[in-house]
Amino acid sequence: MTTAAATADRRRPGIHAARLGRRHGWTLGTYVLLLGLVLYWRTVPPVWGSFDVQSLAIDALPFAFAAMAQAVVIISGGIDLSVGSLMSLVNVISAKYMATMSFRDALLFAGALALGAALAGASTGSLITISRVPDIVVTLAMLFVWAGLALQIQPIPGGGAPLKYVQLATGQWFSPWIPSGLVILLCAFVLIWLPLRRARSGLALYSIGSNRNAAYLSGVSVTRTRIFAYSLGGFFAGLAGLALTATSGIGDPLSGQYYTLNSVAAVVLGGVALVGGKGGLIGPIAAAFVLTVVKTILILKGVDQNWAQVIQGTLIIVVVMIGGLAIRERRRT
Amino acid sequence: MHALLGANGAGKSTLVKVLTGVIRADGGRLVLNGEDVRISSPSQAARVGLAPVFQDPALVPDLTVAQNLRLTGAPLEGVRSRLREMDVEVDFSEQAGDVPLPVLRMLDLARALARDPQLLLLDEITAALPSDLAERVFAVMRKWRERGRSVLFITHRLAEVIAVCDRATVLRDGSDVGTLVPQHGGERRIVEYMLGAEVATAAAKASELDEARVRLPGDGNAAGAAAEPTLEVEGVRAGTVESVSFSLRPGEVLGLAALEGQGQDDLFATLAGERRPEGGDVLVGGRPLRARHPYDAIRAGVVLVPADRLLALLPQRSVRENIAAPRYNSPLRWGPINLSFERRRVKEAIDALQIDTRAYRQVRRLSGGNQQKVTIARWLASGFRTLLCFDPTRGIDVGTKQQIYSLLRRLADGGAAILFFSSELTEFPLVCDRVVTLYGGRITGELPAAAADEASLLRAMHGLAEEVA
Repeated sequence: MTTAAATADRRRPGIHAARLGRRHGWTLGTYVLLLGLVLYWRTVPPVWGSFDVQSLAIDALPFAFAAMAQAVVIISGGIDLSVGSLMSLVNVISAKYMATMSFRDALLFAGALALGAALAGASTGSLITISRVPDIVVTLAMLFVWAGLALQIQPIPGGGAPLKYVQLATGQWFSPWIPSGLVILLCAFVLIWLPLRRARSGLALYSIGSNRNAAYLSGVSVTRTRIFAYSLGGFFAGLAGLALTATSGIGDPLSGQYYTLNSVAAVVLGGVALVGGKGGLIGPIAAAFVLTVVKTILILKGVDQNWAQVIQGTLIIVVVMIGGLAIRERRRT
Repeated sequence: MHALLGANGAGKSTLVKVLTGVIRADGGRLVLNGEDVRISSPSQAARVGLAPVFQDPALVPDLTVAQNLRLTGAPLEGVRSRLREMDVEVDFSEQAGDVPLPVLRMLDLARALARDPQLLLLDEITAALPSDLAERVFAVMRKWRERGRSVLFITHRLAEVIAVCDRATVLRDGSDVGTLVPQHGGERRIVEYMLGAEVATAAAKASELDEARVRLPGDGNAAGAAAEPTLEVEGVRAGTVESVSFSLRPGEVLGLAALEGQGQDDLFATLAGERRPEGGDVLVGGRPLRARHPYDAIRAGVVLVPADRLLALLPQRSVRENIAAPRYNSPLRWGPINLSFERRRVKEAIDALQIDTRAYRQVRRLSGGNQQKVTIARWLASGFRTLLCFDPTRGIDVGTKQQIYSLLRRLADGGAAILFFSSELTEFPLVCDRVVTLYGGRITGELPAAAADEASLLRAMHGLAEEVA
């Protein structure tokens, strides 16, 4: 890394900045969009304060984790349609058993569930690599499997979680302006994703999404890396399900439905190429917040729910189109 | 230093893949330094001291060069010093997808060398390299030999084999037909081995072609000069093309010779309608062609045969559908397809080109040479007046090359106008009536085919037009 930096430094600094812009332009754009939306959002309600920020964080937390889950899989060149129903499954299991637990036990149980979700993801990945059936087919099948299990475990919403566990996601950190949900999200990102991106396994993840043949010829085990991608995705989906339990305080077998396709939308909006190999996790996380803020603004404005969906869809198309045009324009010059 | 030779589909690349664990061997054994080894994956091949450089670059396009090297566990410093030895400059923080192909090949080589392998396997590494870089590769290979290591070298360029290799093994149809010392016997014997039974017919074809050669410059040009030019290019500018003018008459094969990256890519893209010219005119049959899309060029009868077959073909569809595909263009044919008519046209094209149709149902299973024939057959079946051939014989074996040469000649004799670019200079006198050379985006010289031997072509290609004239 240091040697690579040294070569770059010898060249003009302008080139370096231009390259940074080229590589991370989309992510930056997503954050600029988020900032703009937040500034606008401030002017909508009569009183805007820490409470609004808190409720945004609560709304967006499961969505952001779902976006991370989807992003990991899509970067590796796959797609996971079972993210939402795996979330539901983790949500109902945790709510069913945690209600009567102490905080400490609940935390341990949550950890076990996250690992269980990773295992579930690994089994999906193994099915894909062993059967050689396309990702989209296998994960669609898994969507039904997890959704059915969730309904079997808890046909109607119910259960609960210890208050302290709920506060993990709905509380605040030092000041009322820093929601603890945001801190947890940041921790998960910094502790899991950043080290991984630097490690060989992270590079392998990108390499199989970018060019599977080249990755194989470079000595990457494509099978193992794909399974790894799905299990990491499962792990994030598990965290998303646990976040659902914490933010809603209840287990609902249909709670995850909303996130399956929305996670794909967030990934696309966050600058991850659907063919894989490009992008990161910060973009999709920002995109999850963008979509949540848009929804919040529309609700505050009293826009009809059905129209709100039309507007959200249009926003995704417009943003992705602008991004695509920007890339084409840059290629031309 | 050992060369591995053979016609297309003889099994050279497959053998390399078996040796390096990409494909598992069905049988047989592999002895390395007197020990039996089983290689089941590329990473294991690296551990036992085999370092391959594959035909296609094995770098992941979306990762930076440095990340790619870390992915394979290659030492960054080692690779850097190898590159410095070869005098190639690479920015390690650049994304591999943005690095030009010849540099990627050198990077592949440096990465393989940095592992300090016992045996270096080079699969057609020089195919994508300009001659100065190829020279550097040979220098590296020689140095490797001096250090007591081995190199297995695969190439279609026999001159390279004779220049650098100690021994050569020739493969045909998946088994080895002989090992020889290339310095003794030279090109002729290698070709004999490669062609085997076909040698007689191929040689006959070659001499037939030579006869055609002797006859052609006279009557071919006389007929051409009388006719109106099919394609006129006047001061075209596009990307790296600065200003190019020439005209092409029916019945004429015009050769275009150029070093790597002198504007030939952009020129062909412009003529085929993939790219809009920034200036100048392209006239087809006297009328200006303003192609905004290859469709416009095709309608005007200007069609392209690209070097990369798979760019032009539908690899998973049948030979028939591939050949018939350009015919679906006309809106009048959007209705039901007249199958019997189509079959007849396709069959004529297949017969004319002698396409081996054992793998009829999926074009991707055909060998490279047969795929190239299919790309030409498509235009034969749908009709054209100007054929743009961009390096049509790249990666094709000698026998098929001969067939393509004589096909191009026959097409020209039938009144087609052909623009022919090739990276192999020896092809020009065989196929063309005239040869123009392109250097720095400009035409720098024109030679009659008879005078287009390698030396004078090379001089003109380096922009030394005056001396040639």
